[in-house]
Amino acid sequence: MITLFLILWPVVVSLTIFIFRPKISKQIALLASLVEFILSLVVIFQFDGSGAAAFSMNIPWIASLGINFHIAIDGISLLLVLLTTGLMPFIILSSFNGPRQNSPNFYALILMMQMALIGVFTALDGFLFYVFWEMALIPIYFICLIWGGENKSRITLKFFIYTLAGSLLMLVALLILYYKTPGQHSFDIQALYAAGRSLGAAEQGLVFWGLFLAFAIKMPIFPFHTWQPDTYTVAPVEGTMLLSGIMLKMGFYGVIRWLIPMVPLGVTDWGFVAVLLSVVGIVYASALAIYQQDFKRLIAYASIAHVGLMSAGLLTLNKIGMQGALIQMISHGILAFALFYICEIISVRTNTRVIASLGGLRTNAPILTTVLMIAILGTVALPLTSGFVGEFLLLNSLFQYNFIIGATGGLTIILGAVYCLRAFQYMMLGKNTTTTTSISDLTGNEKIVLYPIVILIFVIGIHPDPLLKISEAAVGDLLELYVNFSAKTK
Amino acid sequence: MNALLIVCGLGFISLVAEIINLKKGLHIAIVLGLVVAVAAVIGDWNTSATFFNNMLIFDPFSVAFTCLIIVVGIFWFCLTSPFFIGESHQTDRTALIIFTMVGGIMMVSFHNMAILFLGIEILSISLYVLAGSHKESFFSNEAAFKYFIMGSFATGFLLMGIALVYGATGSFDTSEITMHIEGHKAGLPGFFYVGILLMLVGLAFKISVVPFHFWAPDVYAGSPTMITAFMSTVVKIAAVGAFYKIFGLCFFSVQMSVLPIIQGIIILTLLVANIIAVYQNNVKRMLAYSSIAHVGYMLLGFISGSVKFEGILFFYLASYATTSLIAFGILYAIENAKGSTSIDAVKGLYNQNPFAATCMTIALLSLAGIPPFAGFFSKYLIFGSAIEADHIMLVIVAVVTSLVGVYYYFKPIIYMFSPAQASDKLYLSAVQKAFLGMLTAAALLLGLLPEWIITILS
Repeated sequence: MITLFLILWPVVVSLTIFIFRPKISKQIALLASLVEFILSLVVIFQFDGSGAAAFSMNIPWIASLGINFHIAIDGISLLLVLLTTGLMPFIILSSFNGPRQNSPNFYALILMMQMALIGVFTALDGFLFYVFWEMALIPIYFICLIWGGENKSRITLKFFIYTLAGSLLMLVALLILYYKTPGQHSFDIQALYAAGRSLGAAEQGLVFWGLFLAFAIKMPIFPFHTWQPDTYTVAPVEGTMLLSGIMLKMGFYGVIRWLIPMVPLGVTDWGFVAVLLSVVGIVYASALAIYQQDFKRLIAYASIAHVGLMSAGLLTLNKIGMQGALIQMISHGILAFALFYICEIISVRTNTRVIASLGGLRTNAPILTTVLMIAILGTVALPLTSGFVGEFLLLNSLFQYNFIIGATGGLTIILGAVYCLRAFQYMMLGKNTTTTTSISDLTGNEKIVLYPIVILIFVIGIHPDPLLKISEAAVGDLLELYVNFSAKTK
Repeated sequence: MNALLIVCGLGFISLVAEIINLKKGLHIAIVLGLVVAVAAVIGDWNTSATFFNNMLIFDPFSVAFTCLIIVVGIFWFCLTSPFFIGESHQTDRTALIIFTMVGGIMMVSFHNMAILFLGIEILSISLYVLAGSHKESFFSNEAAFKYFIMGSFATGFLLMGIALVYGATGSFDTSEITMHIEGHKAGLPGFFYVGILLMLVGLAFKISVVPFHFWAPDVYAGSPTMITAFMSTVVKIAAVGAFYKIFGLCFFSVQMSVLPIIQGIIILTLLVANIIAVYQNNVKRMLAYSSIAHVGYMLLGFISGSVKFEGILFFYLASYATTSLIAFGILYAIENAKGSTSIDAVKGLYNQNPFAATCMTIALLSLAGIPPFAGFFSKYLIFGSAIEADHIMLVIVAVVTSLVGVYYYFKPIIYMFSPAQASDKLYLSAVQKAFLGMLTAAALLLGLLPEWIITILS
């Protein structure tokens, strides 16, 4: 029941805002997202830590086609639900002084997006999952289309068609599995698992690629990333936060829940290619990030690099890698939010995001500089920051998987330090330029947003155990499924 | 059956309305009459009966399609009141529309080739006149003339086909034809297949699939906008219904002989219609090509031969008609306000009328097949049945063309949400608003709760 409420509550508020267009829509949206967050905390306190799906609800939706409204939360879902509900109030609060603060549509779309995201992370029915997956695309498309920057219509349409192409492939793959389910066909996840495993290796390979392309485009990993830098740059900052903070995690979640247990042979056969692509992406995106002039674009490329490490670790299929990927998703969400927000603050105050034309921000804005420093240290995975835990686990798993791949993946930290610190040095240190002489430091609202984020970066970095515990049992069960199957076929 | 009689009666009422000076209340009277007809259809629900010596059959399929035709007709009448009020020839136009619906109902409930032909002719001849009902417009005249010539040509093919089939089987009655085919499978003469082929060509003209589509874009773009809406909803339902009754039911056992041709038609239709639609700068013309493309998807479901196909087709047509009525209804209002249906006319629509822009956006998203709207579900059902029948290649073509579809359906959306040049507003009457709202709600509800529509025919 509580899961259903988590999904329905944002829709109700969103529609209310959309139809009645109240003057205080931003406050309503913030309140609604806080209520949602508190609800997700309630879920955590009731969560028993076992691997089984809890808080479930299963009612027939389209009975004649074997489609059920089946939602539940287990440890893996819980982490991502927590990320969504936790980040959403920050995203809404960060828009309070921005140009979109008086637009009810904007907040209606954000809340609609939250509904779809929670739906994706809790759905246990293939069809339902697909519907939520697609529904997440509509609000973000309109957020980018209406409030985006230069060339927005061309770039957002490319983004939409690109991701839709992946989604349709996923739909075809799910349909193929659906028609392999015995008797009265069903989209239930267990039935699809069984159907996927009954296939031969070649067929599993096909289904693997159908599903993996959808997830790879969403993350995005090399070479399916070409929509990402443009879209991140052109999107309004809240849109970028939603995209990189939460939405790309849909791809990882898809791999964990819908790919690995579904077609284990496909994963065994093709997993290496996927890991290789991810690692190539790390090096490629990091190298490009070094040359970026636009700070927002730099963060976008950095995001591709980090995503590459996460997907590589995930596909090594050992517990450390999976746990690392999960905690890194949380950490990446928080850090991406912080970086994009600071980037926005700087660009609003100086009217530029070009690194070369900034400089000496430190003199007038020491707090801003410190916060950015912390966020950047988190990004380059300094110990005691949240980024370290995840990257350590991920690299650990990569080294266990293959030494060369591990070593290449390790470049992410070195190259990350290069592009992050270089940008930091140019923007924050040195002499003031004409654009930065009169910059003011963080103000009240910005502090309210960024201070808790800073605290979170350290808390997760120092004591990640509670988060790791949430997903541990679920990840263990999932891998057991996979390992058992692989052993049996061997 | 009663519904058909009621609708016929309404046609005569509107013809004599001019003489007995009933013009003022005619529009409302027609709508009320159609509502009564819907009630009559619902009275026949789940019954099956033949009439006039097996000329007409009202089985669940016919009843459901009749109901759809009349309900869409009601919505059409409510959205188009300006088309009738304040213009000349109000009664003639009303009568022609009603007779088109009569023809449509006959096309989905025939049990005899003669009635099929009669239905098609009643429908087409009324439409030829309607297409030219903007007498001063050059394009409207062109549309009418083109439609007439191409249409008569197609009818000729159809008639020749019916004659050849009659020659081979000795009957016009569809169930007797089916029985004859079953009984003499090996001994059917060659000209029987020629007859089937000719009928396929004739009907392909009517449902406007590539390569028999050349009339469609010009006719759709030239006709008055609401007549175009009528063609792409009511007429499409009737034509596709007739196509299914002939090739899905009557010629079921020799279906294999035309399947390769239909497969070719599907691939051509999906590719050509979708690709040409990309290059249109007129929303009306774009919707014309999109309407051709949607028939391609319907045929893809047809050749997959799913046992649930009747329900799927019904759902597809219902959702397509719903969304296409919204799009055309709003386009009609835009045309009235700005005198054009080009893509520039929709620019800034969101600032001019947020309600219209929201409805139009939902309609276009649904046409593009984005969940949770009705159009997604209809496409899903088609893809599903095609995958079940192992037509993976065709599904991949359909997936690619769906992506192309997103490109051109999103073009008006992008224009609608871009800032407007002038501050001219777009006004919708309260009736238009109410019915557009209802249709939009239907587009959403059909997508969220498709179960009851799909199972209506099983």
